[in-house]
Amino acid sequence: MSGPGGHADPAYLLDTSGPAAPPRDNGELVFGAPWESKAFGLALALTDAGLIDWEDFRQALVGEISGWEAAHPSGEGWSYYGCWLRSLERVVSAKGLIGAGAVADKAALLAALPAGHDHPGAGHDHG
Amino acid sequence: MTTAADDIDPALRAEALASLLIERGLVDEAVMNNFIKTYEQSVGPMNGAKVVARAWTDPDYRERLLSDGTGAIAELGFKGPQGEHIVVLENTPDVHHVVVCTLCSCYPWPVLGLPPSWYKDPSYRARIVREPRAVLAEFGLDLGEDVVIRVFDSSSEVRYMVLPLRPAGTKGLSAEDLAALVTRDAMVGVAQVAAP
Repeated sequence: MSGPGGHADPAYLLDTSGPAAPPRDNGELVFGAPWESKAFGLALALTDAGLIDWEDFRQALVGEISGWEAAHPSGEGWSYYGCWLRSLERVVSAKGLIGAGAVADKAALLAALPAGHDHPGAGHDHG
Repeated sequence: MTTAADDIDPALRAEALASLLIERGLVDEAVMNNFIKTYEQSVGPMNGAKVVARAWTDPDYRERLLSDGTGAIAELGFKGPQGEHIVVLENTPDVHHVVVCTLCSCYPWPVLGLPPSWYKDPSYRARIVREPRAVLAEFGLDLGEDVVIRVFDSSSEVRYMVLPLRPAGTKGLSAEDLAALVTRDAMVGVAQVAAP
């Protein structure tokens, strides 16, 4: 486990100096990977639409984080947005928006798509 | 099943969840992308830096900021999610404030944007409460033993932001020049603002 000064996540070590460099927050990209930004954007869009309640989501996140920490005392394998995503799935399922299991089924479908088919969310996939 | 889902690559799970929500018309992809873009590009510590510089140069504003953080911050046009109850903590030569969210990642988005990875890290969240002086030293901030360190825990009710000490030798600087000196870390309280 790195200390608080240990910012050396390789995902942040991109070329951030050129004119095409992504905007950053004191040297760090805001998101470490595209799926993190997606998990973030989904939570805000669902809250904005009034489909989930932010406080419900925050409580779920608190629970996910403390559960993860209790199960991983070494801190090895920590992923904040991993907790975020699981919390979001939990709240979305509790609200009856997407049934439990549907995400795993959909993920299995996406995983089975041929390589190169990288826009599975385009809406043509009613498997 | 949630246990099975834990074994799936999060990138695939996020993609799956997004596809389902978008296909069913529950999430508008444009709205989702706009939130991402906003917090990647438009909202960040540059906002808080303007607030700090204004407080350093305008005593009336500083007073409003300390008595009603959310209201004074909104005067500069900074508002939105996670900014409903911002309390500003003023550092003095004798008292240094540092902010954490011990339970999750509560953070004043309108002035600081999204939190950096270390702020969300279990290590920082646990240790800054237990041994603030040692953790601050790891950030490179060595405070004298005579400086009192106060740790504030952000929550859903209150998000804290630190008003750092104005560095010496900056008397003639404009608010704009001062804002350029202010860093995110200083507004969380793990650093001080260095003189130019």
